[in-house]
Amino acid sequence: MMPVLLVQAARTLADAGTIDVTWTDLALTAALILVAIGLSRWQQLGLERGFLVGAVRAVVQLVAVGYILVYLFTAEHWWLVLIALVVMLLSATSAAVQRRRGATRVAGERRALWTISGTSMLVGSGITLAYVTQLVLRVQPWYEPRYLVPLFGMIVGNAMNGAALAAERLSSELESHRGEVEAYLALGATPARAAAEPSRRAMYAALIPSVNGLMTVGLVQLPGMMTGQILAGQSPLLAVRYQIVVMFMLAGGTAMTTVMMVLWYRRTFFTPAAQLAARVPV
Amino acid sequence: MGPSGAGKTSLLRLLNRLDDPTSGDVQLDGKPITSYPVGALRRRVGFVFQRPAMFPGTVADNLRVAVELGGTTKPSESPPMERILAAVELAPDYLNRDAVRLSGGEQQRVSIARALMTRPDVLLLDEPTSALDPEVADRLLATVARVPKEHGISVVMVTHRLGEAREASTWTIMLEGGRLVEAGPTERLFTAAVNPRTRAYLATAD
Repeated sequence: MMPVLLVQAARTLADAGTIDVTWTDLALTAALILVAIGLSRWQQLGLERGFLVGAVRAVVQLVAVGYILVYLFTAEHWWLVLIALVVMLLSATSAAVQRRRGATRVAGERRALWTISGTSMLVGSGITLAYVTQLVLRVQPWYEPRYLVPLFGMIVGNAMNGAALAAERLSSELESHRGEVEAYLALGATPARAAAEPSRRAMYAALIPSVNGLMTVGLVQLPGMMTGQILAGQSPLLAVRYQIVVMFMLAGGTAMTTVMMVLWYRRTFFTPAAQLAARVPV
Repeated sequence: MGPSGAGKTSLLRLLNRLDDPTSGDVQLDGKPITSYPVGALRRRVGFVFQRPAMFPGTVADNLRVAVELGGTTKPSESPPMERILAAVELAPDYLNRDAVRLSGGEQQRVSIARALMTRPDVLLLDEPTSALDPEVADRLLATVARVPKEHGISVVMVTHRLGEAREASTWTIMLEGGRLVEAGPTERLFTAAVNPRTRAYLATAD
């Protein structure tokens, strides 16, 4: 299978144009999923079903998104673009909250987590998107979906990872350092002071992937967007400049989201009388 | 004192509002403790946990945190660290030691010193010797019996060890199953307990 693809790819690259990926080509790449399923079965990972369902979902979701994007790009309505952004934000929030399922059995906590992560992502990603599209790229018209939708997707995706990591880490830090937190409280500390160190560690853990991303970009692998642009026939130099914008944008958006998320979420761990609230262990 | 699960720790935690009771109230100087700002209350009612939790940094850092958390308290109003350290029988050179690397007994002494830095009126001790070797525990207990007298502090200590209760206290409360079984002057309770459950508990080996 592989040699066929490689030969085909090499041949078409030699023609110096963009290769059209046909449905037949997609069927051929599905062989790679079969390889993954085979390996999972051989090593008894139990991921066969996951790969299968995941592959089907990926196809369905991406094709659907493709059609939606085509519609968005041709319709050119500002309110359609805003609706798309809101839907993206809500999906990201939902995904971030889902990952905390085990810890959200306490009444009201789930809703609080929705509000907190949703708002943090809205603020962090919203400010970043507005800054990049309106001040840096100055897109015309201001709602140009070709820029707003994919850029917001990247920002929110990163912010979501940051928010989920931060929430998970803050919760586990507070749980494992209960004694230390209560020792601070017992000396008259405010909850913010008592949870300062766990909060710092949660923010750190959530942001270290962003730092690592900046450190290694271009060395280990080419980022997806840049790869896409190059494959689509763009000059690598322009692709690189876009990638720099994207990297800085992701760092800023994720940092804003994560810090806001932790400072706000940590309040839910304490009662008004500065007591560490009892909750279901993670 | 009382067996495991009697509610000893729960009771202590109510006394400085690490938890709130579902019914009833706790009073300090004739006023419900909920009428005091919670931070100020906790600085008047110090808490030493069963398992010492050292803050990152040196012993001096740990003691300094206790002072700083007071906020409005001027540094001159807090007792000198060396004197407090001496009270818990640690040499002054401990100030520069890494708190996390100290032994269990030393950490517990630092916990007591840290609690004393806020000049509390009451000190709550939750089985302070339970994580220690018997010999280390005995020496710590001697400190616990002596320090409060020197500093004019009332101590409420939780223990399930009979010897500790008898040696270190003037008044003993027997708890079992979340209820007060009997209370009285320690000597009378140990020699002439009225309640059969107290007598049964005292009859168990230490």
